[in-house]
Amino acid sequence: MKTEAQVAVKSQALVGSNVLAIAFAAFVGVGLIAIAGHVQATTLHDAAHDVRHATGFPCH
Amino acid sequence: MLTRIITTAIFAGFITAFAAALLQFLLVQPLLLQSELYESGALVHFGASGTGTTAHPDLPGFDPLRDGMSVLFTAIIYTGYAFLLVAGVALATEQGHEVTPRTGILWGIAGFVAVQLAPAMGLPPELPGAAAADVAARQVWWFGTVGVTALGLWLIAFGKSPVVWAIALLCLAVPHIIGAPHPDTFTGPVPPEIAAHFAARALAVGLASWAILGMLSGYFWNKEA
Repeated sequence: MKTEAQVAVKSQALVGSNVLAIAFAAFVGVGLIAIAGHVQATTLHDAAHDVRHATGFPCH
Repeated sequence: MLTRIITTAIFAGFITAFAAALLQFLLVQPLLLQSELYESGALVHFGASGTGTTAHPDLPGFDPLRDGMSVLFTAIIYTGYAFLLVAGVALATEQGHEVTPRTGILWGIAGFVAVQLAPAMGLPPELPGAAAADVAARQVWWFGTVGVTALGLWLIAFGKSPVVWAIALLCLAVPHIIGAPHPDTFTGPVPPEIAAHFAARALAVGLASWAILGMLSGYFWNKEA
């Protein structure tokens, strides 16, 4: 049988890993939007041009 | 948790992207193509005749490379939106709130407000050729506005005291008190009729797409539970 302290430690670790997962997801989201929507490299800009305008990103 | 987030975001993001791309091709792309005729000089606003310029010019047809790229980048952008939205859904779940496909629609609308409507108040969706301030300055304002608007909406939804709600309102207001970077002169060659129609349609397509994204996020989030 687990002691209360063991349960507390385990749930704390779970909460910690969940927070890390959420932070990672937010980072991926911002990264995808920045690359597809905002990076000004010419090739990327030209390929994404119509979508950038249509989704209202600052384009040129 | 990570697997659940990734699976939800990818499924919701990709399916939404195809709906968004279809709406963009039907409603937004024709106006973009029409504005390019003015950007290139093929058409001139008011023209030389003095009787105005045709509102129904011949537009270029389907372009596999160009339109294929648009579908690809729509998929990347909506998957990015989905990761952000599902990160929020996961955080709310963590705090004991339930997110369903029905409430997911509200999440989607909030996402639309944060990422498209609030920035559009300062930087309306612009046609190619529109006059605009320095792109780096606009991007800084754009990211700042999205960030504090999302925070403000979160505090309205989950805050529990008047002080928190007051801070939320401040978050929503600050970007517009500061103001978006605007150009010193107007040099856009495109008729305002097309620009206004374009801005309205870009936002409407955004709202529809975000509502779908929110609903699907709620659906896959529970399916993956």
